[in-house]
Parts: sequence; structure tokens; C-alpha cells
Amino acid sequence: MTALLNVKDLRAYYGQVQALHGLSFSLNEGSLTTLLGANGAGKTTTLRAICNMVRSTGAIEFEGKPLNNKSTESIVRFGIAHVPQGRGTFTNMTVEENLQLGAITRGDKAAIVADIERMYSYFPKLKERHTQQAGTLSGGEQQMLAVARALMLRPRLMLLDEPSFGLAPLVVRDLFGILGRINRDEKVSILVVEQNAQLALELADQAYVIETGRIVMSGAAADIANDENVRKSYLGY
Amino acid sequence: MELFTNQVLAGIATGAIYACMALAVVMIYQAIDHLNFAQGEMAMFSTFISWQLMQWGLPYWVAFVVTLAFSFAGGIAIERVLFKPLTKAPILTQVAGFIALYSIINSFAGLTWDFTIKQYPTPFGSSPFLGSQLISTHQAGMIGITLLLLTGLYFFFQYTRVGLAMRAAAAVPESARLVGINTSWMIALGWGMAAAIGSIAGMLIAPVVFLEPNMMGGVLIYGFAAAVLGGLTSPFGAVLGGFLVGIFENLAGTYIPHVGNEMKLPIALALIISVLVIKPAGLFGRNIVKRV
Repeated sequence: MTALLNVKDLRAYYGQVQALHGLSFSLNEGSLTTLLGANGAGKTTTLRAICNMVRSTGAIEFEGKPLNNKSTESIVRFGIAHVPQGRGTFTNMTVEENLQLGAITRGDKAAIVADIERMYSYFPKLKERHTQQAGTLSGGEQQMLAVARALMLRPRLMLLDEPSFGLAPLVVRDLFGILGRINRDEKVSILVVEQNAQLALELADQAYVIETGRIVMSGAAADIANDENVRKSYLGY
Repeated sequence: MELFTNQVLAGIATGAIYACMALAVVMIYQAIDHLNFAQGEMAMFSTFISWQLMQWGLPYWVAFVVTLAFSFAGGIAIERVLFKPLTKAPILTQVAGFIALYSIINSFAGLTWDFTIKQYPTPFGSSPFLGSQLISTHQAGMIGITLLLLTGLYFFFQYTRVGLAMRAAAAVPESARLVGINTSWMIALGWGMAAAIGSIAGMLIAPVVFLEPNMMGGVLIYGFAAAVLGGLTSPFGAVLGGFLVGIFENLAGTYIPHVGNEMKLPIALALIISVLVIKPAGLFGRNIVKRV
């Protein structure tokens, strides 16, 4: 297996405050990797650094090509779709317009139309509401929309920032089931940041645990889930 | 009754111009959250360009189209050169930038074409429209061109990919970048389009107010009033506000004693203040909630 994403010695800063202290990890092609850790550990910052939304140093390579110093909008064109915290929905636009925006960098009109239909088959609720303003959807539906919007890019890698946040447990199950399917069927590699460690470890194949801006643990998701010490000291369940 | 209809129709005609200016103001406001105080001067300068082209012998409509293209490019150039470097500057710096731009353009126009007023032609003539005494052909032309422009803009923003991208960039810039939209260029495009819309307003109103470097001062105040009335966050509201302000201005001038031409400007300012006091978001605007 080859590494799709390779991060070496990543340091990130908010003004004078350093949030990441030399973080290194890699993500294999086709893998579903999770990044776990407590509040403020640096999970979101890591995702934001990959998309150059925060000042950082270190090496970030995607398929062997460096992403450093590329603008956020040009990183998208490498095939990296980022679903940010809070979902980043265009709330005053319709569901369908949100999906079209996901494919705004693509030129293949017919395929975009087909992809929108494909998203509706993944998420039938979105089809029902395709002319509705996205802001009127429920939290779960908005998260589905955010994932669908990201898939409209036909990404190689999808970055998800706490997709379970604020959702009812049943909705989270549903969503994670779909993420697993997307990873298998669409061959999209996924890096998901989660506070809900138990659920994320069930879903993922690889896992990293971050604490105060450093990787403190890494391995197969199943091993980490079974390691009682790790669970108790870092994951809190 | 005929006086009333006449004044309303005339109000709609000048209102069309205010609607264009308000729309130009709103387009830039949506993109960078500031009022462009130089919008009127940019429109005035464009109008001078078209006049100069006609002086050199070009037919009206050729000059019209060339001026549109010039204004579009000019708007983009101003954004790239002056306002892109100021993106992260404090608000007062940006305001100073707008005022600087205002005086530079105003003085430059005065220096080049001097401050005497000039006649400006209308391609529509000024005979009665369809034999009716209520409205002239030029006024009908103003309304017609504006409606054409508004329809075109509606289709652009609703049904084209660039229009969609521009709306996305204005609504949620960070999310727009995350789907791959170059938001910085969308802002520049907004400036170009605003400048072009303003140039249409300038060329249409010039036969009425005559061409001179200060011709757009009053028009821009009315444009601001219209934008505030309709809501600075709503292009539709701004357009409707433009027509309402135009009608209101004319009716007030006709029916309220002592409100002649001299009192028209204070009325616009009073309108701005009343709206800001009673309904700050305007008729169709969204209330902006800022996290602090």
C-alpha cells in the first residue's frame, strides 16, 4: 500500500500561539483513518493545516506532491474535499445549488447531473428537499448535504471534521454507515476527526491519537479500541 | 390625476437609475462589506469616456458597448491595485481608500474635460413616448434598458456557474474556498460588474442632469438611500428601493410645498436616517448577527 497523504513534522500557529508541535502521520490509499483526541488537542487544526487555512510549517505531501504554500482553493483541485466543522453549508441557497457548488471545479456537465442523481440515491431525503433552502434542513440532513457536496468533487481524499457533532445517535449511526459505504464503493480515502472515539474506531481501519498537538498513539483501529490503557487515558470511555 | 401619473412615471424613470446605482453599491457591499463612496465618480468617469468616444466620431451604441467593456476592466483594475492590498486593513483605512479614489477620479475628470457642463446625447430622442404626453421616449428608454439589465443579471446569477460561484463567495467565503472557488477573483469580478452597471446608469442619466464631474453626487446619495431602504444585503430590495425612492422624490417635489429641487437631497438623507432608525436591515435585508 502506498501513502496517499504524508504529513511530516507539522507545526501550526494561531498568531503567536503554537497549536501543533511537530505532528507526523500518513494515510494509505483507500483507507479510512480517524484522528482522535480531546477538545483542543489539535484535530481541527490538523485538517485546516492540510488545506492551508492556518499558518503552518512542515511537509504535507499528497500523492507525493507537496501541498505547502498552495492556496486553499487550489488544494481542492488535487481532489481533496474538506467538510469543515459546522458543515460549511451555503444556508441561503437550495440543496441542489449546494451540490452544484461541490462540483464547481469540474467541467463535465453531463456527469455532474448524473452525480447529483447518484447523491440523491445515497441520501433520498435530499432529493425530497432539493429546491428547499439548505438552512431549513435539520442538522442531520445538513450533515448529509455536506458529505454529498464533498463527494460532488469526486475526491480522492475526504476530510471530515466531527461529522457526528450535534446529531442524534441514530442519525450518527446512519451517517457513519454511509461513510463506510462511500469508502468501500467509491474508493474515496477518508480522514475523519472525531470526539466520539468509540464510534470512530468501529468505522475506521487506522487510528491516530493526538494530545496537545502531538501524535501519542497510532495503529490499527481495532488494536487501539482493544487497548484498555489507551482507551482510559486518552479516549475516556 | 394626469399630473400624478406623470410624476409617478417620471419617478420610475429616474428610479431606474437609482436602482442601477443601488445595485452597483450592493454588489460591492456583498463582496467586501463596505459602501463604495466612489461608485458615482466611477460612473461619471465612464460617462465621460463614452462622450469622448462619441466626440471622436463613434456612433452612440458602439461607444456604449466600448464604455461598458472599459468600465468592467477598470473596476477589476481598481480592485486589484487599490483594494486587494487593503483586504485585511482596518475599516478606516478602507474608507480612506474610497475617499481617495473619489477625489482622484473627480479631479482627474475635471482636469481632463474641465468642469463646464456638457450636453449628452440620447439615442431614444425626447419626443412623447407612443404619442402619450405622460412620458418621453428617453424616459421609456431608461426604464427599458434598466429592465433588460436586471433580467440579464437575474439569469446570470441564477443560472450560470460563474454567477453561482459569485453568490457562494459572497455568502460564505470560507466554504466557497473549500469547494475550490477563487474568492479573491470573484470579488474583483463583482467590482467589474458594479462598475459596468454604474456606467450604464451614468450614460442614461447624463442627458437629464448634463455631463460634468459632479453629475453623480446626488444620484449616488439616492442610490445609497435606495440600497438602505431595500436592504444592503438584498439585490432585489435595492432595485425595488431604487424605484420607490425615484417615485417618492418626484411626488414629494410635486405635492409637498417648498420642496423644490433644493430640498430633494435632504429628503433622501432623511429617508436614509429614518430607515436606519426604524428598520436597520431595510425592507428585504437580513439582520446580520456577528459573533464577537
